[in-house]
Amino acid sequence: MNFFLEVLLGGLLAGVMYSLVAIGFVLIYKASGVFNFAQGSLVLFGALTFVSLVERHVNPWIAFGLTLAALVLIAIAIERAVLRPLVNRPPIVLFMATLGLSFILEGAAQLFWGAQVHGLDLGIDDKPIELGGVMISQFDIFAAAVAAVLVIGLSLLTNRTRLGLSLRAVADDPLAALAVGIRLPRIWAIAWALAGFVSLIAGLLWGARLGVQFSLSLVVLKALPVLIIGGFSSIGGAIVGGLLIGASEKLAAVYVGPLIGDGIENWFPYLLAMLFLLVRPSGLFGEPAVERV
Amino acid sequence: MSSSASLFLVRAPALRRLPLRSALLLAGLLCVPAFANDYWLNAILIPFLILSLAGLGLNVLTGYAGQLSLGSAAFMAVGAYATYNLVVRLPGLPLVADLLLGGLIAAAIGTLFGLPSIRIKGFYLIVSTLAAQFFVEWIFTRVSWFSNNDSSGVLSAPKYAVFGWQINSPVSRYLFVLGTVVLLFAFAASVVRSELGRRWMAVRDMDTAAAVIGIPIARTKLLAFALSSFIIGIAGALWAFAYLGTVEPDGFDLNLSFQILFIIIIGGMGSIGGNFLGAAFIVLLPILLSHAAGVLASIGVNVGQLQNLQKILFGTLIIVFLIKEPDGLARLVQIARQRMRDWPLSS
Repeated sequence: MNFFLEVLLGGLLAGVMYSLVAIGFVLIYKASGVFNFAQGSLVLFGALTFVSLVERHVNPWIAFGLTLAALVLIAIAIERAVLRPLVNRPPIVLFMATLGLSFILEGAAQLFWGAQVHGLDLGIDDKPIELGGVMISQFDIFAAAVAAVLVIGLSLLTNRTRLGLSLRAVADDPLAALAVGIRLPRIWAIAWALAGFVSLIAGLLWGARLGVQFSLSLVVLKALPVLIIGGFSSIGGAIVGGLLIGASEKLAAVYVGPLIGDGIENWFPYLLAMLFLLVRPSGLFGEPAVERV
Repeated sequence: MSSSASLFLVRAPALRRLPLRSALLLAGLLCVPAFANDYWLNAILIPFLILSLAGLGLNVLTGYAGQLSLGSAAFMAVGAYATYNLVVRLPGLPLVADLLLGGLIAAAIGTLFGLPSIRIKGFYLIVSTLAAQFFVEWIFTRVSWFSNNDSSGVLSAPKYAVFGWQINSPVSRYLFVLGTVVLLFAFAASVVRSELGRRWMAVRDMDTAAAVIGIPIARTKLLAFALSSFIIGIAGALWAFAYLGTVEPDGFDLNLSFQILFIIIIGGMGSIGGNFLGAAFIVLLPILLSHAAGVLASIGVNVGQLQNLQKILFGTLIIVFLIKEPDGLARLVQIARQRMRDWPLSS
């Protein structure tokens, strides 16, 4: 029973890490209706820039600030060069544009900082500690705490500030938001910058675990099923989806894996997401689309 | 074209000239082996033709029927493994039958993964095609029955022949691929001009409206998945047999799926000829860049950075195409041809 609990808790906490990536998606999808495949590349770009600056003996806090500034600049550039010219185009076109964007970001990150693997030490050991008879990784707890702070911060921002009000207005109805004088391009840039911030946090946590390297951009493939289960437009959904995927993935790898072979965690989340969709086609918390002819 | 020019030009319907043009193009392609050396055939022309075919398959699904797929490489793998197993296990069957059956098996698998499209729309659908991508890669690595219990995981493609014609030299492989590609392009071109093709476009443009005018949505979408996977499956078999020379899961990874998607974005979504243009672009750009490497190295650019530069260039081109010319190279060619025809009568 203890072993089961350990696997379950480990899975849940790993799921939090997936949620962190998925939250970036949700921010952008809500504000600009773009399914942003480049989120993984933003994670890579953020982590790689931070690590490379720290390795060049920049104070970590300054490095964090510089990386954040770079991500904000990128957000503004994306709004100018990609989103603005593609306004009112079908969502599939915007999605493919973000595919191109992910190529640019990955190429640029490795062009500037090289392709070797960097270690990243956040000062928290990835050692298990005992909590009520169950072994849990310290690092996982730290990651979960960071995620909690982040979610609380984001919900305060969206629910208690004027900026949050505009963000929600744009998410609700872009045309109406325009009509009451909200500047859509600015909101888009802010949403992308926020997503950049979230992806930097996710990049640091993932980077500390896996090492900062190209494969970091592949966490986007882990975050996709999370996003699908939670629905594209709900931060809470992203968290719940992450927990669901994390837990079931670990449980499946431990209990089902030996029966049919290793490595099922690559496709198992997708299967799960698909089954979910067959029951709820817009995810757990997504809004069902209303169509008019 | 301005109306004044059209007074002077008596234009034959484009369709009437199509067979003539295709015949000329085909004659040109048939003459190619007389000039090209083995490098050209193996490294450029054969992958170009096969990728055009895979692009055609994805274009049927995404460009015509509007269903996004990131699992093209998976369906290629299914076609390749199915054909391989048919060749090895049923030696009596002619190769053409193996290929057709392999394509049909890929079509069945494609339809299976297309089933969620009946209920799920838009981006939620990419989860299904990505599931196909990862699941297929996994099962071909894990289940040794598919690789004829060969433990190495890398199978060399068996020798094959069509009607007693041994296909072993680059020229014969080129001609074999060319023949298959031409037949399938002709087939797909006639399908998208048929009623079914019109239904696909109706579903793509607005599925609710299509349902209202009485188009059976589910059947139409599934037929798109079936035909698309059939073509992609045959492209996969050719990719393994005529290009790679091996059958292995690594030859069909997510990157290949992306490449095929880029072919149809750059070539032109919802166009038949555009697949050739897009595939030519995808195949030739890395070669041009590696030739440019020599020049860049002499001005001090690190050769190792070339791959990153290529990625940046690719990404930029995709975005530029989407912004400036959403209909891709096919549309640019069309515009250029129109200009040539009008010139010098109108500017």
